[in-house]
Parts: sequence; structure tokens; C-alpha cells
Amino acid sequence: MTTLIAVLYIISFSLFIYGLMGLTGPRTAVRGNWIAAVGMAIAVIATLLLPGMGNWWLIALGIVLGTVVGVPAARRVKMTAMPQMVALFNGVGGGAVALIAWVEFRDTAGYAHEPLYVAIASLFAAIVGSISFWGSNIAFGKLQEILPGKPITVGRLQQPLNIVVLVAAVAFAVAIAAGATSEWLIIGVLVAAAGFGLMVVLPIGGADMPVVISLLNAMTGLSAAAMGLALNNTALIVAGMIVGASGSILTNLMAKAMNRSIPAIIAGGFGGSTGPSGGAGDGEERPVRSTSAADTAIQMAYASKVVVVPGYGMAVAQAQHAVREMADLLESKGIEVLYAIHPVAGRMPGHMNVLLAEADVPYESLKEMDEANSQFPQTDVALVIGANDVTNPAAQSDPSSPIYGMPILQVNASRSVIVLKRGMSSGFAGIENELFHDPKTSMLFGDAKASVAEIVEELKNL
Amino acid sequence: MLLQNLAILVLAGFVGFAVISKVPNTLHTPLMSGTNAIHGIVLLGGLIVLGLGTEGVLNKVLLVIAIAFGTINVVGGFLVTDRMLAMFKEKPKETAKEGDK
Repeated sequence: MTTLIAVLYIISFSLFIYGLMGLTGPRTAVRGNWIAAVGMAIAVIATLLLPGMGNWWLIALGIVLGTVVGVPAARRVKMTAMPQMVALFNGVGGGAVALIAWVEFRDTAGYAHEPLYVAIASLFAAIVGSISFWGSNIAFGKLQEILPGKPITVGRLQQPLNIVVLVAAVAFAVAIAAGATSEWLIIGVLVAAAGFGLMVVLPIGGADMPVVISLLNAMTGLSAAAMGLALNNTALIVAGMIVGASGSILTNLMAKAMNRSIPAIIAGGFGGSTGPSGGAGDGEERPVRSTSAADTAIQMAYASKVVVVPGYGMAVAQAQHAVREMADLLESKGIEVLYAIHPVAGRMPGHMNVLLAEADVPYESLKEMDEANSQFPQTDVALVIGANDVTNPAAQSDPSSPIYGMPILQVNASRSVIVLKRGMSSGFAGIENELFHDPKTSMLFGDAKASVAEIVEELKNL
Repeated sequence: MLLQNLAILVLAGFVGFAVISKVPNTLHTPLMSGTNAIHGIVLLGGLIVLGLGTEGVLNKVLLVIAIAFGTINVVGGFLVTDRMLAMFKEKPKETAKEGDK
């Protein structure tokens, strides 16, 4: 029986890896996802075949509960809410690891008769799982706008406090590994790690959230791998570690795209609560030019190339279908319409691609940053829909700006810029956007969906 | 046992790097969601600890919650990924402009 289980595990690893390889191309991705899912089903069945399995009713109860909660949640979530859904699913995974580690402690009377490495792996899993659970829940709360997206900090004390809490978690864990068996210690480990997770994610601004979710995703993978070492289960080790490795790569890519280092993100809010010097403070009352939907429509109708720059505002307003309709009208007039996608536009890499694909925008019209930037000088109208920080020229021109050095979409290179925005509020980075005061720029204030719909009406009447 | 498992751990890490580093930007969100579903493998941990016997009501309650969490992670993760990917289904390139079915 154990041989059969081992063979089934090996099959499931192959399916995971093969499935992930499929996820690397748009053509094979759907199949890849299901291949990985089949791998997961095989791994679950193999585990249930372990000799001596019992408690079947409770196992069934847990699986049914999870299915009843998970399936409708996944089916009903709106496309715009995907990032927070991923955060939530990631969080419960971390929570599961933390709970299992706790029960392991109770079952073995504080790892009294276990080898040291089991205690260490299990305690590592407890700490990381708990951080991931609470951190992900905060990320969810922020993206769902239950919690404010702006950094929440306790000021200068933040970092020392974080370190103290983390050290406390590790100290409890060391005490357990050294032989102490009081249950309060493991509870202390879990609570201190939870506190660390809360305190680290709370000060992080919404703009950095994709990086954080990715990082927490990688951490949950690592905690699963550690749990696998403690339970001597190869499936957990392999799958957990693959996720840990892939999550780290993704986190790095995202951080690079934002010109942010991961330690800087973890260390606290954008620019810190001490406030960025220069750029932001001065010129509060500078004039901006506002325009109307009718003018925008006319301007675009006489253009030969229009580049749409979507951002989180488009996602929030669910404007992607209206945008597609507008693009169709423009294209029927022989105008070239492209979409410039910044790697971190929205709340996750690929967020804009997903939304535009939902509206059936052809894949080939979506241009990544470098290609888009070479297009802007030949562009008549750059239509910025709810994007802000990713278009801020201060990232290139103002060394004192907190986002200086971040690669941006150089919309200001195009002949004219129209920005659709709800108001003059700053983006998630909390800094003012020079672009809005550029003489080439006009602002069309209002909800992105309503504005685009008006533009569509005007275009029809032209 | 430990060394064997550590070897597996290290190799799995390299597999993760090798497989993932080739993903285009566009697919990062679905990829994150897909790997997210895969770490739902922690479900197995819950199954093992509960299935192989544990004492006490609290332990059982905790493990049922852990299994439920793991299941949410797996089932929700794969479904959400599928929904995202359904939008990337290949459209016939030439006829893209005529709209879709």
C-alpha cells in the first residue's frame, strides 16, 4: 500500500509540474490549471489510502465545509475582486498550516519524544503560517476597502515594535524546541506571529499590495513544505517548495517593476509617514485643465492613433466593456487603438489584461510597457483611465520623489493626454501627479464608466 | 529520512524556479492564483494528522477547521484560476475583429 501511495504521489508531482508548465502560455493555461487540479485530487486520494486512516466522518465534514464555502465564493467573486480573493484563499492555507502545527504540538506533548528537526520544522510552519493567515486577511481587508488603503502606522516605533514581536515569537519557539512543553508557549508563538503579520501588512499602502500578496503566497508555500518535513510527507514538501520558489520569483519581478526593494516594502508605508520631501507639498493650488466628454470624443475622432492607459480606476468602475465599445467605434473610423499595460497597473500584475480580456479586447492590442513607451511619441491622444502613479513623470524627473526611478508609461510623450479621474486625489502612493498639471493634459472628471459611456454616446453622434 | 527529505526540498525548489521563470507578464495573476491553489496541499497535512488519530475534542475541532481551510484553498484556488484563464482562451487571430461567437 505504501508503494502505491508513493507512486500516486509521484504521478501527482508530475501533474503539478506539467500543469504549471502549461500555465506559462495563454494557449495551454486552462488545461494546465486542470492538470494541476487532477494532480491535487490524486494526492488527496493517495493520502486517504494511508494505512490506519480513520475519523472518516470528521474528514468528510471538513471537506464538505470547505467545498460549501469555497465553491460559491470562487464562482461569485467579481473579476475586479480577484486580487483580494487570492489573498483570502492564500490566508486560509496559511491558517491551516498554523492549526495543524498547533495540534501537532498537543498530540506530541510539546514534541517531547520527537527528533529536534520535527520540532523546528513544525514551529517554523506555525510562525510562517500564522503570519501568512493574518497578513493575508489584512491584505484582503485593504483591497476590499474594509480597511483604509493608506498606510496605518504607529510612527517611529513601528519597526522596533515589529522586531520585538517577531523576536517574541521566535523566543517562544526556541523555548519549545529546547524542551519546554507548556501549551501557552505554542499559543504565544501563534499569537506573536499573528501580531507580526498584522503589524507588517497594516502599514503597507495599497500600491504595494500585489507584492505583499505574492510574498505571502510564497510564505504559505514554504510553511507547507516545512510542515511536510515535520510530518515526513513528500507531497507537502514538493508542492509547498515549488510554490515557495515560484512565489519568490514573482514577488521579485513585481518589486522590480515598481523599483521597490522587498525589504523597503516590508519596512513600511510608501515614503514613510515622515512624508516625502519636495514634489508633493508645493503647488497644491496649481490649475488643471478640465474637459468634457464631447470634446474628448471629438479629439479622439480626429486622431490617427489613440492609446488607452488603464489603471485601478477602470477596474473599480467596471469600465472595461464601455472601453471596448469606445475602441470599436474608434476603430470603425479607421483609428488605431492600443492599450498600454504597466506591469503593476491595478492591484496585481496582469490585472488589466484579465479585465480587458473579459471585455474581449484582442490580445494583440495589449502592449507591455517598453513597447507602449516607443509608441507614445507617435500617439495623438493618450487616454488615461483611472491610472495615476504609473504615469507620473516625477518618477523620471524628480529625484526627491518617493517613486523616483520607477519605470513608468511615458504618456506625456504623446501629443495630448486626457485623464479620466474621479477627482484630484492622489494615487495610492499618496503623491501628486505632475502629469495632471502638464499643459498637454486635460482632465475629464467623473466615474470612469459613466465618462466612457458619455464619450461613446458622443462618438455615435459624430 | 531528514537528509532524504531535505534533498527533495532543495530539488523541488529548483524545479519551481525552472518552471516558473518562463511565464509572460500577462499570466502572472493566473499563475499566482494557480500556485496559490497548489499550496492548498496543506489539506493533506490535516488529513494525515486527523486520519491517523488524534485525541481530544479541541484537536478534532482544530483539524476539521484546518481541513476546511485547506479545501477552500484548493477548490477556490483552482476555480478562480480557471475563471481568470477562461478569458485568455485563444481567439482566432484573423477574425478577432468580427467579434466572437
